[in-house]
Amino acid sequence: MRAWKLKRDWVTGWLLLLPAMVFLFAFTHIPAVNSLINSFYSTPRGKRAAKFIGLDNYERMIGDPVFWKVLGNNLWFAMGTIPASVGLALVMALWVNGRLPGRGFARMAFFTPTVLPLIAVANIWLFFYTPGFGLFDQLFGGLFGWSSTNWLGSPDTALNAVIVVTIWKEAGFFMIFYLAALQAMPVSLVEAARVEGANGWTIFWRITFPLLMPTTLFVSINAVINSFRLVDHIFILTDGGPDNASAVLLFYIYEIAFKFWETGYAATLTVALLVLLCLLAIGQFFLFDRKVHYK
Amino acid sequence: MMRGSLTYDRVLNTLAAWALAILWILPLAYAVWTAIHPAAYEARFVLTAPLTFENFQRAWAAAPFARYFLNTTLLVSLILACQFFLCTLAAYAFARFEFPGRGLLFTLVLLQLLVMPDILIVENYQTMRLLDLVDTIPAIALPYVASGFGIFLLRQTFLTVPRELDEAARVEGSSALGILWRVYIPLAKPTYLAYGLVSVSHHWNNFLWPLIVTNSEETRPVTVGLSVFSAIDSGIDWSVINAATLMTSGPLLIAFLLFQRQFVQSFMRAGIK
Repeated sequence: MRAWKLKRDWVTGWLLLLPAMVFLFAFTHIPAVNSLINSFYSTPRGKRAAKFIGLDNYERMIGDPVFWKVLGNNLWFAMGTIPASVGLALVMALWVNGRLPGRGFARMAFFTPTVLPLIAVANIWLFFYTPGFGLFDQLFGGLFGWSSTNWLGSPDTALNAVIVVTIWKEAGFFMIFYLAALQAMPVSLVEAARVEGANGWTIFWRITFPLLMPTTLFVSINAVINSFRLVDHIFILTDGGPDNASAVLLFYIYEIAFKFWETGYAATLTVALLVLLCLLAIGQFFLFDRKVHYK
Repeated sequence: MMRGSLTYDRVLNTLAAWALAILWILPLAYAVWTAIHPAAYEARFVLTAPLTFENFQRAWAAAPFARYFLNTTLLVSLILACQFFLCTLAAYAFARFEFPGRGLLFTLVLLQLLVMPDILIVENYQTMRLLDLVDTIPAIALPYVASGFGIFLLRQTFLTVPRELDEAARVEGSSALGILWRVYIPLAKPTYLAYGLVSVSHHWNNFLWPLIVTNSEETRPVTVGLSVFSAIDSGIDWSVINAATLMTSGPLLIAFLLFQRQFVQSFMRAGIK
């Protein structure tokens, strides 16, 4: 009787899972494995089918200066966006959670960029960056008498200009997670510390910040994934230029696959991106693991 | 002394918070300014500048935005309906049934949080070509319908449903699906709302995959339409582009301003594990 119920549970469970699993495998797991397989094959052209070429694609990748360039850009992009957006998110959450006058407005202001499409955001910022009559040039020109700067057109500033837009877009989103954690935090701990005579800074560093560690881990993993995933604004702001100065890995994959139609090489680059993501996620987990205090 | 330093601290904090808030809202405020004023006032901020609705009219006339809006609406509804259906069934299986392979399959579901379909554009495009779905709205939706995030979120909610309710319904003779429908789904309503808002805003804003897989007016969502529109640099005014930009984000933005509290709480709920 009992064994029969167990078996029925098995079948019900599998049947319930089946539809979701079909789609999950078809559009996530199988494509990921296929990327690996196709990375060992040449790109099929016309009537010529793909043929096995071993590690040729990987050799090409190692010798491809653009690959190293966009990889470096992507790491710079990650380093520029992750700490800044996570740090700002925490500060915003502390402000909005406290007894700030007009905190409703502040919360709205911080969160609004989250609901805007990244592509629309890029359109707005594009005007700020325009040399000559853009807002930045007018502002800096008026205040400090700086000459006109082509923020998006010069290799030195293009990527940083993209980073600024990304931070603006992301910080409010991460703020929400901190806000949720802060509101779930027991008030008694902070009260006790205050009775003991601890000041604001001590309370933050000794109590609030350690208790927020799981949130910080969660938010940082999200930020890492986003730093390899967010490319929409690049299409509008710089189109990867000048001379790939603001292209990141996913943008390069897009160009190789859908501008030059070299799917074999694009698959190889995808594998590189997947490996990088997995390594970073695992690394982050171990880095934080010791410092995270679970309740 | 103690009080003095405290209030000093608070004033400083308040000022800094306001400064950052104003800085944060500035780009949007600026876009609104240019969109509702004639082009001559793009960079001249005088309160007496005449208001106009013309920029919106010109943007609306310059590209088939009505069609784009229809496409996006179809797209997000299709994705949301499929996600609710697929994720509910899968989450129910993970939350309340014992079967071999459960742990492994759940790990595979979570893996999608890291390896998102957004990254697998090359292979997914090949699949769509194989299925002969390129340049259709289902092609934009399909990679996202089985959402690892949705399954995870609903599973967490279903796990908090007391077993007793489940057993009681079973004693009354409900089937597994009947229990799901009568007990679990009603109790998870706030989670559905939260997940729905997150999903709709995410897919309304999505750009790269729709850009790749569509190539005609009949299928393009608003984000791709907007990029096509603003890429024509044949002397379209900034004020018109900004009007178009606001228009495409308009529905979400208005919904957000109206239901701000629910929005923020939904995102918070979605964030708590």
